[in-house]
Amino acid sequence: MLRPLIVIRHIPNLNFMGWHRIGFALSLVMTVGSILLFLVQGLNYGIDFAGGTLIEARTLQGPADLATMRATLDKLGLGEVALQNFGSANEVLIRLPRQPGDDKAQMAGVDKIKAALGNSVDYRRTEVVGPTVGNELIRAGVIATVLALLAIAAYVWFRFEWPFGVGAMLSTLHDTLTTIGLFALLQIEFNLTTLAAILTIAGYSINDTVVIYDRVRESMRRHRSMEFGELINRSLNETLSRTILTVSTVALAVLSLLIFGGEVLRGFSIAMLWGVVVGTYSSLFIAAPMLYYIRPKRGGRAKDEEPAAAKPAPRTTARQAARSTR
Amino acid sequence: MLYFPRWLVTVIIAVCAIGVFLALPNAVPERALSTLPSWLPHNQLNLGLDLRGGSYLLLEVDMAAVVQERLENIVDSMRSEMRAAQIGYTGLAASGGEVHFTLTDPRNADRVHEMAAKVDPETDISIDPDGHVSIKFNSLALEARRRSAVDQSIEIVRRRIDESGTKEPTIQREGEDRILVQLPGVGNPEHIKELLGRTAKMTFQLVDENASPQDAERGRVPPGDVLLPMEDDRANGGRGGPAGEILVKRRIMVSGDTLTDAQPTFQNGNEPVVSFKFDSTGARRFGDATRENVGKRFAIVLDNKVISAPVIREPILGGQGIISGSFTVQSASDLALLLRAGALPAPLTILEQRTVGPDLGADSIREGTTASVVAVILVVIFMLVFYGLFGIFANIALFFNLCLMFATLTLLDATLTLPGIAGIALTLGMAVDANVLIYERIREEVRGGRSLISSLQAGFERAFGTILDSHVTTLVAGALMFFLGSGPVKGFAVTLSIGVLTSLFSAILVTRLQIVTWLRRTKPKEIPI
Repeated sequence: MLRPLIVIRHIPNLNFMGWHRIGFALSLVMTVGSILLFLVQGLNYGIDFAGGTLIEARTLQGPADLATMRATLDKLGLGEVALQNFGSANEVLIRLPRQPGDDKAQMAGVDKIKAALGNSVDYRRTEVVGPTVGNELIRAGVIATVLALLAIAAYVWFRFEWPFGVGAMLSTLHDTLTTIGLFALLQIEFNLTTLAAILTIAGYSINDTVVIYDRVRESMRRHRSMEFGELINRSLNETLSRTILTVSTVALAVLSLLIFGGEVLRGFSIAMLWGVVVGTYSSLFIAAPMLYYIRPKRGGRAKDEEPAAAKPAPRTTARQAARSTR
Repeated sequence: MLYFPRWLVTVIIAVCAIGVFLALPNAVPERALSTLPSWLPHNQLNLGLDLRGGSYLLLEVDMAAVVQERLENIVDSMRSEMRAAQIGYTGLAASGGEVHFTLTDPRNADRVHEMAAKVDPETDISIDPDGHVSIKFNSLALEARRRSAVDQSIEIVRRRIDESGTKEPTIQREGEDRILVQLPGVGNPEHIKELLGRTAKMTFQLVDENASPQDAERGRVPPGDVLLPMEDDRANGGRGGPAGEILVKRRIMVSGDTLTDAQPTFQNGNEPVVSFKFDSTGARRFGDATRENVGKRFAIVLDNKVISAPVIREPILGGQGIISGSFTVQSASDLALLLRAGALPAPLTILEQRTVGPDLGADSIREGTTASVVAVILVVIFMLVFYGLFGIFANIALFFNLCLMFATLTLLDATLTLPGIAGIALTLGMAVDANVLIYERIREEVRGGRSLISSLQAGFERAFGTILDSHVTTLVAGALMFFLGSGPVKGFAVTLSIGVLTSLFSAILVTRLQIVTWLRRTKPKEIPI
């Protein structure tokens, strides 16, 4: 019979509740810092949101001569044209700020650049987003994120009780805000796929929280007299292996996207990787300990009593729990 | 939970088989597709423009321009009507979506009201006691106009693009007044942008030769006339207004919508010109107008520019003619195309353009595929290391999950984009999460001293609620992205949501079926996890 190579046999006995104050403080600093970074430094919006033009060009002969190209393009009077190598030495990313004026002015900018560079390069990608669409995309993005947070909170509330809903929403909010903070700090381009990553993080980072909350709820029915902080701590330890394992599989997928997925997906992969890691952290150190402060009602009035949950606690875990109380 | 009714087993196997069957063509390179036996499906996933290369244009029908144009027509009509009726007014103009002016004598209100209603019946007219008049379009009528303008624009855009020889374009309405144009394989859409950027409204109008263009340029345009720029000096014929402007009567002799055909051709051997043909109404009108005005000049006006202003030497009765101007071969053939396809009811503004060259598309496919394959390999090894035999079960379920995803995407005729590929890689990582939750629960039950069967039973039963909860939240995010996101985000939302749904099926039912079969066959004494 094929046995697993690695088995996590023992339920760990880590004192999560003992660290929760540090966790709260750290998260508070990260969240406030993220908001400040967002307000002060702002995000490096890609053209999806800021409007403007992006041209990915590859020179036909030899490496791209950025200085000459820059000199040519600066003469066009299109504002600050940004040039950078992209991937290889032959590839150049040309970024044009949003042109003053309406949507037509944006299109005119591309025509000028293409006329100036002529046939010396191969245009791999051209993206032009006018101010109308950019503004709409920002609005739609904000609406989608807010709705996602509310919908997730509402679902958790519906499946559990309101304190769980609040905890889930706050930890998800923490995950999304710090992701935005990371992008503001590192000034990585924030575009539509980054937004997709943030929404995915909102949906996914809640998973560990739900697993832990499920266990907390189950334990609340099973151990009615256990001290609540102790109960939370035990639930966290009992579910720790699955928290780590589920995150690892997703992290593996995200890592391979980051390494092999190419330049276009880079922002997406960075956001996802951060979200997956910080989502796990926030489930352990924010979402669960928070229940200690906004206590769900205990006792037999839980919303969906499962008959299976009435079974007495397994002996080993009960003994371990007893050990950990001492 | 461990008991599978026969029908359920049949359903699970059937679904998996259909999944593999439908997903199969996607595993074959496109050119080898025709070598597949005919009983196999041949439908592959559509690749998005970011993967196959092509151009994406988002156009907006500029309704404000249409409204303004009609308002200006009202201004002209009102001016001449009131002059004829000798009604005094001041400040007649069209701005802010309405025509407004003030009557010098408010007692004329009723007459003006009647007059305005006759000029354009689709308006709401209000006149206050002081004699301030405002004429606005009726909102219902405006809405109807907008709809028809967008419908008509889509039709014209389609005709123009078809005529330009682009293969497999997709042209669809987006929102209220937008048109989404997708042009696969078009790496340089400049020519098409040029074709779509012109309204191509052509009219034939008489040149006003009584007034001096010099006066007109100083701002004294005679009523009923309009000063228009010449397209080119050569077309000016050496006479008329200097600096390329010409005074033209507003009244339209014949308009371009009565054309039935237009073709590029040559005159005098090598000068590119456009020949055109009127329908019977147009031919009659053109014939009448030219007969009455022999010796005078008429202007061929395209999008408010005069292409040429020839002298009418004799009545043109055959309903055919030639437009000469300073054309190149390309511009003559473009003009002919535009005239054949018809005029746009409103100008189109390009709001967004995304073009991906075929090289970048191929690179993206390669990178996306590599990332996904590596993700699968890593996840498969991970599950094997942590769960042994049960990991194999999970990996088999993962395989069917992948097939089902591709099958569903193919069935829905969905379009695969690069973010979509990222979605696939991501859901592969998420799919085994359900297995992890189930297996961990089983482990816990075993550790708690339960028997083999009851541990398995409890594992599946108890993990189910958790799995459902975590999947629903991801689906919520996916649905929001789908409804609020645009292009690439939508592609991601689709694969993410479908992946989450198929993983529910595969991780729970397919894994369970394998475990139950294994239990029956080998009657194990313990669980290898």
